[in-house]
Amino acid sequence: MAQVDFVVRQTATLEQRVDAIQGALDARGFEASQAVDELGHLATEEWLPRNGARVVARAWTDPAFRQRLLADGRAAVMELGLTMPRHHRHLVVLENTATVQNVICCTLCSCTAFTVIGLPPDWYKDLEYRARVVRESRTVLKEMGLDLPAEVEIRVWDTTADTRYMVLPEQPPHTLGWPEEKLASIVTRDAMIGVARL
Amino acid sequence: MDGVHDLGGRQGFGRVRYTLNAPAFHASWEVRVNALYGHAVRRGIFNMDEYRHAIERMEPRHYLGAGYYERTLTSLATLCVEKGIVAHEELERRAGGAFPLAAPSARGRGNAPQRERFSPGDRVRVRLDFVPGHIRLPGYIRGKTGVVVSESPAYPFPDAHAHGIAAEDEPTYDVRFRSEDLWPNGADAAMVHVGVFQSYLERV
Repeated sequence: MAQVDFVVRQTATLEQRVDAIQGALDARGFEASQAVDELGHLATEEWLPRNGARVVARAWTDPAFRQRLLADGRAAVMELGLTMPRHHRHLVVLENTATVQNVICCTLCSCTAFTVIGLPPDWYKDLEYRARVVRESRTVLKEMGLDLPAEVEIRVWDTTADTRYMVLPEQPPHTLGWPEEKLASIVTRDAMIGVARL
Repeated sequence: MDGVHDLGGRQGFGRVRYTLNAPAFHASWEVRVNALYGHAVRRGIFNMDEYRHAIERMEPRHYLGAGYYERTLTSLATLCVEKGIVAHEELERRAGGAFPLAAPSARGRGNAPQRERFSPGDRVRVRLDFVPGHIRLPGYIRGKTGVVVSESPAYPFPDAHAHGIAAEDEPTYDVRFRSEDLWPNGADAAMVHVGVFQSYLERV
């Protein structure tokens, strides 16, 4: 009979593995389950694209705020009561124009200004977007439904450091004069990532 | 390290699986693991560079087959084991099965001995650095030349910070590259901006 040197164990499910690490941290006094409640709430109820939408709507209606936002994004979003993690020391706001389309990505992992534009969608973190958008930007945007005229320059921003980016979309002409709250309601996360125009 | 995580410019991938208003989370365990890693960073169990590096150290087949939050989970568990908070065996016992972790870390490094201050408009080349440890230099810009657009505040130097090595904080430079310089005759025309740490750059 062959000697059994090792036992191939089945990999635990993801749910079981999360339970394991959460339980181990709880057992050592790290208050993990409490953190799951608190940070889980922030992630699903607070870190949403509506935050960035407020920033965009304010920038569209208040030229002085827009200037401050473009000069120092972090300080400007804090004026609106938004927060950013300590390690996000810099927020660069990228202004789209009729001839410039900015697009953000993170080829090495999946970094985003999540407290401002919301936690990234699944496709942003998938291999396809990360691999292709820096090299085949126009093709990828077209596949995603944004067919840009040839004269529009594409600028791709790869989030390799802890500086964070958000795109300031162009205000659609038919919305000029709208109140700020109504403007905020048309701003999408994908427009602040730069894969859509409004 | 030149790992499989360094995806920028890799070919062979299909269409982005894009849907309108795609969710950030698909299951409640994803919300939990996102909270747990954030909590661990806040509690000082590990820093963001250690977190990212432990993802990069995942066995390539595991990395490529895992979704984003499985990578988060693997990094969190790996670092808790490496920091002595919990033994791998205990995690597997609690999980009731195998709990794959990332591979051990290689060595890190300190800041480059010679660093220069750059100004917007300066032409810079990305150094030909090949390191076994953590680095935030996507392979597609290595050796390439671009133009400095702006300077960031100083950040911890990732190559050191991911390995517990003391180093000076340093700025990153927003460097603008032409896609045709990065992939001659092999890219859509675009400007590609990358935040490049000072230690990775030299003046042209």
